[in-house]
Amino acid sequence: MAKQINIFVDNRAGRIQKIAESMSLANINIRALAIQDRGEFGLVKLIVNKPDKAVLALQEKGFACGIKDVLAVVMEDKPGGLYQLLKTFPEEGVNILDAYGFAAETIKGSVFFIEVKDPAQMTAFLQGKGYKVLTDQEIYEL
Amino acid sequence: MIYNEKFECMSLEELKNVQSERLKKTVSYVYQYCPFYQKKFASHGISPKDIKTIDDIVKLPFTVKDDLRDNYPFGVLSMPLAQIAEIHVSSGTTGNPTVVGYSKEDIELWSEVMARAFCCAGGLPGDMVQVAYGYGLFTGGLGAHYGALKAGMTVIPCSSGQTKRQLKIMQDFKPRILACTPSYSLFMADEAKEIGMDCKKSSWEIGVFGAEPWSDSMRKEIESIWNLSATDIYGLSEIIGPGVAQECTHKDGLHLFSDVFYPEVINPKTGKEAKEGETGMLVLTHLTKTGMPLLRYQTRDIIKITHEKCRCGRTSPRISKILGRTDDMIIVRGINVFPSQIEEVLLRIEGTEPHYQLVVERPHGGLDELEVQVELKESFFSDEVKQLQHLSDKIRDEIESVLGIGVKVRLVEPKTIARSEGKAKRVIDKRNI
Repeated sequence: MAKQINIFVDNRAGRIQKIAESMSLANINIRALAIQDRGEFGLVKLIVNKPDKAVLALQEKGFACGIKDVLAVVMEDKPGGLYQLLKTFPEEGVNILDAYGFAAETIKGSVFFIEVKDPAQMTAFLQGKGYKVLTDQEIYEL
Repeated sequence: MIYNEKFECMSLEELKNVQSERLKKTVSYVYQYCPFYQKKFASHGISPKDIKTIDDIVKLPFTVKDDLRDNYPFGVLSMPLAQIAEIHVSSGTTGNPTVVGYSKEDIELWSEVMARAFCCAGGLPGDMVQVAYGYGLFTGGLGAHYGALKAGMTVIPCSSGQTKRQLKIMQDFKPRILACTPSYSLFMADEAKEIGMDCKKSSWEIGVFGAEPWSDSMRKEIESIWNLSATDIYGLSEIIGPGVAQECTHKDGLHLFSDVFYPEVINPKTGKEAKEGETGMLVLTHLTKTGMPLLRYQTRDIIKITHEKCRCGRTSPRISKILGRTDDMIIVRGINVFPSQIEEVLLRIEGTEPHYQLVVERPHGGLDELEVQVELKESFFSDEVKQLQHLSDKIRDEIESVLGIGVKVRLVEPKTIARSEGKAKRVIDKRNI
């Protein structure tokens, strides 16, 4: 299962730079980044190659952060790809908490990161529908 | 006009005799009726016999806010609860609020000193007073109300808020006196401008402003906007509420009604008397109260005092505006706020460290705003922004229910609140006062 790091940040100049700096110093590669903004504060969400090490590095800098399992679903990089995937969610009665994605050259497709309440259940469901759900190792090797 | 010339202009010698007689009476009274003071006297090895003149007051032990908290709610009363006519409540430092019980005579005393205050500010019997202090457990509204009635004035009990209605009442009824917090008068000015009202043409000629700290520059601003004479009033609920001291039209210090509230100024560190003109903590003793008389009550307000006779003819000592506090209490929109109250709430809520900071601001022409910044625990992890929002809302709700005023809560990253020598500075007061 893919590991996502959620980091609490104040809405102040230079905070994301600070995160990037601590990842750089710890020699960690950021594969994806998303921001959930709530005005005065927000969550920065990272997919990195060494999540445990990244969390330690961030905590050392004083960030409040944690690791969360998310779905990394591979889908076709063509019009309607996302729609086809998302259509299946209501069938299972699953609500998406947050999501973001990117196109990956190496797999000739897109990876869509999805936060849901029960990622394990959703993984099994999507695999049943023929989708590929990446393991954390596979994401780092993209 | 001087409301009670006999007492307000009494020669200092006569005043001292009055104070001595009243002190002796009060000390015997609390010794007889108040178990709290019986114990206090016993532990200090003092009895009413030791008090012969007002100068003997220094032999009496101090009373502090924690005494009121420790004896919550009614342990400091000097009469049976059934004889208490009215109860008011203000913030305590932690946990329990401060409760004050007034006898019927105390309400009469309150009316008297507030009548003196309105007249001291330039008011006259027959004037109309718009009371825009809050009515309720807060002493501002009812104190002003009683005083205006006593002085033979017409009261409009507006309470605070509903600003457009306040302005309409002012335009239609033409009250001469406005009683509210100074910042509310500026807030009303902004509303007035919005509806195209010419503030300079207001009917108010006198403002009796208090319940929060304000500066001379704010006075000038209020006076020029509303075209009125802005005077300062001082009080605290433990003593009576508003009506402890009031500026006269010369605005050269606040006349403290010392025939009923005896002032001392002490060095807060040593407890010894400060010299004339030196700053120190104001300590007040009730000379005539019967419901809950307090002896040598430490107000924690830092002031200067002068005993020189004023040009207005009053002989009562005059105190300066509040120059500071001996604790970290702040006053926001007339409400006392202690950082310890916030700390208590945060300790009850999981997910937060008791690292916090209070930021008070006074937006131009607006009411004071209190922001509580709370550090998230480093180990704190939330799956969702929603949960962080929930946490922030929960903190806000709990603080608001403790303080009784609206606050803004802002979650901040761990270790972002500045620590000085390992201890955080709890209050940042950005108000220009």
